[in-house]
Amino acid sequence: MNTRANKTWRILFTLAFMQLFFILSVNAQGTSKGAGHAGLFIFLILFLVVVLGIAISTLAKTKEMISENRKTKASFKDKDFGNYLRDLDSREIEIILKRKRNPSKDNDAGGSDGLKFKSAFLSIVSLLTTTGLFAQNNKGQPDSLLSEEGVIITIILVMTPIAIGVLLMFLKVRGLFRQFRNKRNLAEADKLADYISSLDNEEAVTALEKRKAALDYQLSHTELAGAFSAADEKGMISNAGPASGLTFVAIKKKAVKRPNIDPQLAKLILWYIGTAAFWLLFGTTIGEYLGIKFVSPDADHLSWLSFGRLRPVHTNAVFWGWASLGMLGLGHYIVPTVSNTALASLKKGWYALCLINASVVMGTICLMAGINNGGGEYREYIWPVMLLFAIGVVLTLINFLQTIAKRKTKEIYISNWYMVAAVMFAIVIMLTAYIPVWQNGLGETIVQGYYMHQGVGMWFMLFTLGIVYYFLPQQLNKPIYSYSLGILAFWTQILFYTVIGTHHFVFSAIPWWLQTVAIVGSIGMIIPVVAGTTNFLLTFKGAWHKVAGSYTLPFFLIGIVFYFTGSMQGTAEAFRSTNLIWHFTDFTVAHSHLTMYGIISFFLWAAIYAVVPRLTGKEPPQVTVGAHFWLALIGLLFYTIPLMYGSTMRGWMWVKGMPFIDTVTHMAPYWLWRAIGGSLMWLSHIFFAYNVYRMLASRGITDVKEAALKKLEQGLIKN
Amino acid sequence: MELFDNHKKLFSTAALFFISLTILVAITPALNNQKNNQPLPGVEPLSEQAIKGKAVYIANGCVGCHTQQVRNVDMDKIWGGRPGMAADYALNKRTDIWRNTATLMGTERTGPDLTNIGSRQPSSDWNLVHLYNPRIVVKESIMPAYPWMFTIKKDPAKGDVIVNVPEEYLEGKEGKVVADKEALYLVAYLQSLKQAKLPDGSTAAEFLYKSVEKEQAGATPKKAVDGALLYATHCQSCHQANGEGLPGAFPSLKGSPIVLDDNAELMVNIIMNGYDARQNYGVMPAVGTNAGLTAEEIAAIMNHEKTSWGNSARQISPEEVQKLIEFVKLNATTK
Repeated sequence: MNTRANKTWRILFTLAFMQLFFILSVNAQGTSKGAGHAGLFIFLILFLVVVLGIAISTLAKTKEMISENRKTKASFKDKDFGNYLRDLDSREIEIILKRKRNPSKDNDAGGSDGLKFKSAFLSIVSLLTTTGLFAQNNKGQPDSLLSEEGVIITIILVMTPIAIGVLLMFLKVRGLFRQFRNKRNLAEADKLADYISSLDNEEAVTALEKRKAALDYQLSHTELAGAFSAADEKGMISNAGPASGLTFVAIKKKAVKRPNIDPQLAKLILWYIGTAAFWLLFGTTIGEYLGIKFVSPDADHLSWLSFGRLRPVHTNAVFWGWASLGMLGLGHYIVPTVSNTALASLKKGWYALCLINASVVMGTICLMAGINNGGGEYREYIWPVMLLFAIGVVLTLINFLQTIAKRKTKEIYISNWYMVAAVMFAIVIMLTAYIPVWQNGLGETIVQGYYMHQGVGMWFMLFTLGIVYYFLPQQLNKPIYSYSLGILAFWTQILFYTVIGTHHFVFSAIPWWLQTVAIVGSIGMIIPVVAGTTNFLLTFKGAWHKVAGSYTLPFFLIGIVFYFTGSMQGTAEAFRSTNLIWHFTDFTVAHSHLTMYGIISFFLWAAIYAVVPRLTGKEPPQVTVGAHFWLALIGLLFYTIPLMYGSTMRGWMWVKGMPFIDTVTHMAPYWLWRAIGGSLMWLSHIFFAYNVYRMLASRGITDVKEAALKKLEQGLIKN
Repeated sequence: MELFDNHKKLFSTAALFFISLTILVAITPALNNQKNNQPLPGVEPLSEQAIKGKAVYIANGCVGCHTQQVRNVDMDKIWGGRPGMAADYALNKRTDIWRNTATLMGTERTGPDLTNIGSRQPSSDWNLVHLYNPRIVVKESIMPAYPWMFTIKKDPAKGDVIVNVPEEYLEGKEGKVVADKEALYLVAYLQSLKQAKLPDGSTAAEFLYKSVEKEQAGATPKKAVDGALLYATHCQSCHQANGEGLPGAFPSLKGSPIVLDDNAELMVNIIMNGYDARQNYGVMPAVGTNAGLTAEEIAAIMNHEKTSWGNSARQISPEEVQKLIEFVKLNATTK
């Protein structure tokens, strides 16, 4: 492609992006501008960029065609034909040889279509310039007009045929280009034929015959082995079996045996993971039941099982039970491993495990009995219950820091940055939110926004990123793409994430400036998220083929995809204009599942499947790991996509002033889809629990080989 | 780098960074906000019963589906006369040493906002029936039922509050449904939820994001007011979609002499000032005044009622309604 076209591209993209950012900032300021129009506006600009992109590439192609035409005319020389002759295969040589042996006359034909192309090009250029003008006009439309539905619809209607026209033109030019090439190649072929027939007969024939003999050469298939049969004298081949028929379940790579881990530590980690799996199953069983209640509100009439009491039971069990315990278990493996030393204190690990589990059990009972903290999300456990959890986290912090202090490596691996920071921040967050003497009034709501979002972003996300920074390179068997990007993401995450809490209370009685800070922080989150995603994806570079052969990497990959989409969705939700439609609807529920489930849970599963076989030496069955993966993924999509769609409509109905009850009936089908997706997710957790069981417990089937050997051994002792 | 290889320096830097940001965006604003906050003049604290009702509200996690905040956006206008402000929450203090302040602002609006429910739906009959099973009065509702806050008694005692529950909702049990203390407290709390009026002379903050049609009234023809939609929003929860009400609780509008009367004075009076003249039915709130309905909107609702469910009375014009509104307002003040 020529440089001028490149330049145009660059300018266009810059313009488009500048405009995008302009729109974003306008949205963030939140004036009285129409709400839904911003999205349409962005859509229009993206659309224009695509159309212009096609147009420019057509232009570039045409130019390329013309310059190529010129070039071929200039250098249509004999030396080029040498290339063709060198690449001949046996069959082609045969044809030439035949021709050489009985020569006859041939003719020549050729022509140029330069003029035709010039005129075609001119017409295209004139078309293009008009498209360009049209585009300019659109961008310049005043805001007030653009926010009229009629105008928008008209613009879209006008643009559709134009887009189709440009696309057709693109295809046409491509066809023309192909035709032109064929014509040129035919001309060249004529010349080549001439050239071949003009070659000195005898010399050419011998050379070609020699080449043909060389091409026809075949091996005897015994060159390497000679007359001996094959033998593996170094013992390098294992698990070799005769090729069987089609396999229903893909055969994945087994876990690589690692240096032995202290069995005491292994036991602790397995307990963490085992209890985490229990809370996942428990918490999502509750969640599943809650989803059913949306469809069938009279499923039961018991106070302990009523919706308002069970909802926090579900969220808190999966937060503090499943995700927290799972993360801490993996942390107890990673921190000593990357410090190249033993864990400072096993005892502290056990205490923390017991305290956290006790906290979740007591919290669950309290909530079902109607004892809660007064409505802050994820802050429903009263402080005496949460105190147990906090002590557990403090013990873990001491334990991790002492382990890192006696590390045998000079540097502190980045995983430990993320994980230790997460534990420290969790303590700060809990102290801020729970110390019973300082908040007394509306300040509670500001702290609530801070608490719930830091809980998600500083505890779960930061810790999980630490896990990924260790396990992803390990599973790919290559270093992380960029250590510096990891450091950048670390500091920017702290800077931006800390300030975004209040975006849960946009338009509320919380100070306006604080809401704006939160929105700006939400936009800033683009930096750490893009840095992290890029880093992980580029670590995959050159190792993509490993995904198909591994049962952990697909989980990582899905986690990374949701890390990007889920986090960016959070940014999009924070604008005042989008908040208007999505806030208070189930869109936030879909979002929290995309993130806490799509990111955190997928990463945790990936790491659990990576570490447990190393600790126990037992692998989960491939079929059930596959079932877990696909059911979880498909279930999550069934859960979130209908919910997001339905909620957007519901928000729009509110804006339009429809009766509230109509918006409830409107949601019914989407709530049903949520229950279906939730059921699939729940089913996948049964498979997960079974896999954990298979990785922990002995299979109970006697291994014939082992048993025979044992017998022989005993026989030897007797003798 | 020294910072990155020394765990003490690295982790204290990160912790300090986070703690200072926390102080900046959470602790300082929180302290400021709760210190510089006073309730509006004339706002009364919750009654003893309402406080107990609030505890029931908290214990059952009502905040999971009901918000209590009127945002300063146009779509929230139906939930209150003005946007909420910090002063509205000034009376909320810590529940006790074990539990936080419950502002109950909420983050999900699966059900309606309750900021002003005490004005919108003050009827204790409706609230009790609705609590026993919401689907008795709102067919499409997905709100949980709370029958455990009621007792079914064969012979209710003298002071018992009897709730008029249709037989099919009794699940085969016989007797009268009597509201327990929990239900009565909860209703007392709901009745106390009223948006306070601003002191005279001060103007409320504006609602943002008004719909575009209203701003450019000249450019587009004005949308006709839809009486059926307004009826669904303001009247349907008691009088029902079929206009037949609920026997023993809410009167039927179908064939009602008041609705069919050519002289609409009484009907407008009931809508604007409420009604409590009939012993065998619940109290009707002053819907028109509470929701700030215009004469045009009231005319639309009245015409919907006058021409639906087999009713066929003379329709009324907005101008007539306007006149009657002024007339009944005068009456109400002189009384």
